[in-house]
Amino acid sequence: MSTDTSPGPAPATAPAPPSSKPVVQPGDRIFAGFATGAGILILVVLAGVAAFLVTEAAPAFVAPAEEIPGGGGIVAYIWPLVFGTLLAAVLALLIATPLAVCVALFITHFAPRRISQPLGYVVDLLAAVPSIVYGLWGVAVLAPASVGLMTWLQDYLGWIPLFAGPVSATGRTMLVVGVTLAVMILPIITAVSREVFLQTPKLHEEAALALGATRWEMIKMAVLPFGRSGIISGAMLGLGRALGETMAVAIILSVSGAVTVNLISSGNPSTIAANIALQFPESTGIEVNTLIASGLVLFLITLAVNSVARFVINRRREFSGAN
Amino acid sequence: MGKAIEAIDLSIYYGSFRAVEGVNMSIRPKTVTALIGPSGCGKSTYLRSINRMHEVIPGARVEGRLELDGTDLYGAGVDPVGVRRQIGMVFQRPNPFPTMSIYDNVIAGQRLNNKRMRKDATDDLVERSLRGANLWNEVKDRLDKPGSGLSGGQQQRLCIARAIAVQPDVLLMDEPCSALDPISTLAIEDLINELKTDYTIVIVTHNMQQAARVSDYTGFFTIEGTGKPGKLVEMDETRTIFSQPKQKATEDYVSGRFG
Repeated sequence: MSTDTSPGPAPATAPAPPSSKPVVQPGDRIFAGFATGAGILILVVLAGVAAFLVTEAAPAFVAPAEEIPGGGGIVAYIWPLVFGTLLAAVLALLIATPLAVCVALFITHFAPRRISQPLGYVVDLLAAVPSIVYGLWGVAVLAPASVGLMTWLQDYLGWIPLFAGPVSATGRTMLVVGVTLAVMILPIITAVSREVFLQTPKLHEEAALALGATRWEMIKMAVLPFGRSGIISGAMLGLGRALGETMAVAIILSVSGAVTVNLISSGNPSTIAANIALQFPESTGIEVNTLIASGLVLFLITLAVNSVARFVINRRREFSGAN
Repeated sequence: MGKAIEAIDLSIYYGSFRAVEGVNMSIRPKTVTALIGPSGCGKSTYLRSINRMHEVIPGARVEGRLELDGTDLYGAGVDPVGVRRQIGMVFQRPNPFPTMSIYDNVIAGQRLNNKRMRKDATDDLVERSLRGANLWNEVKDRLDKPGSGLSGGQQQRLCIARAIAVQPDVLLMDEPCSALDPISTLAIEDLINELKTDYTIVIVTHNMQQAARVSDYTGFFTIEGTGKPGKLVEMDETRTIFSQPKQKATEDYVSGRFG
């Protein structure tokens, strides 16, 4: 205060020296600290997981081929699993996404309010059902019940490699796994899509309606383009769950290790997660490393899937309506 | 193009709540009619009832008749979608479709009509509509860019271009300038003056100078209190409404002595 030249008595605390930092409230600083800490923590955890996977998987990659279970080397071991994982997950996604979008549209734009609310709760509830329950339902109900349909598919659509048969007598096929996984991931895709559809600006919906759009045309013009990135993120969340799903697949699928797109036969490739769950208890030494190596591959697949989704969403950001 | 609108004892309800009561109004073809009045007086509701846009709110209905060149817009078997294709609308805030380019925005309505058009015919329609909305020179080099990248005033003119691209009979404007700066407002007002050679225009505005500047006829709506229905007090030539209105309420409002 010694250099104060302003007229009148100077207040005791002001003015602050010009070199000082901008004023920051302690509350702000604490919150910023927490947020930064949480951000760093998630990166550390991710790095830790990646480091664990890489170090534990490394022995399997350098081991001689005949020591790997199956005796054909690491690639021959993991490849059918990767194929099975992707096949099951993509199948589930193809079934679930259109259905989820329709359900979300019904809830947000077609159903009367007293139906849409309870329906929303029911869909959310579906997400809370443990996967083992879906697995049990799949193997005990869906698998036997679907044998008839699969026979029909083989008889009439058998020329498509997907339905070449011969039909599994137990129904424990890739198709049933796909459907079960689809039911599992349906709620999450629906929930995300529904939230995005609800956020469609009224302004854009009215713009379409005022041009003489029917309800469906309005949805095509305003709601779906606006919700596109939301649908994609929902689908990716669902895909993540389908890729990593363990118990339902382990229970349902009858595995032969064959690499085939035949969805209705009893010879199916297993998936990475189910294979780890089934093999891990009896594995020792290099077998464990091999399983972890497959886990590393699953980790990379998930990473790639998410990056691709992010890329797809960003590609048309200019047109996203967020600006 | 440019048809007459006749409201006969038209009341508008939201569920059991009567929002607007007993409007009788004749709107001449190819004129600009301004609707003025205090907030909540039902002028926007009435405007939206002309192309049945108020029906997007569940429970909305009307009593009475609303005729477009003698056809009852609320008659049995009249599809609101068809009504809206004849009666275009421009909203308070510019609302071009953010996911579409400027070009696609203009032909959005045409696409709905499912008319397969040749590329040069669509190009022609886009140019004609954008010229009609005084926007062509500003956007002709970036028709493939998103409409949301334009300024507010340009976006609003894009919305007008989109509305006139389907060649409606009537153009409704719900406070089209309330989100715009004075220069953009002037551009829209000039445009309204040009458009009335082809279209019947009904405009809701809060700005009485604007009503005086752009309209041929003015209707004054008011409301007695909250929960009461809004009603049309008086409608006459704009000059008369602003100089010697017949009703005391109108005079109070236009001279600024209201409320």
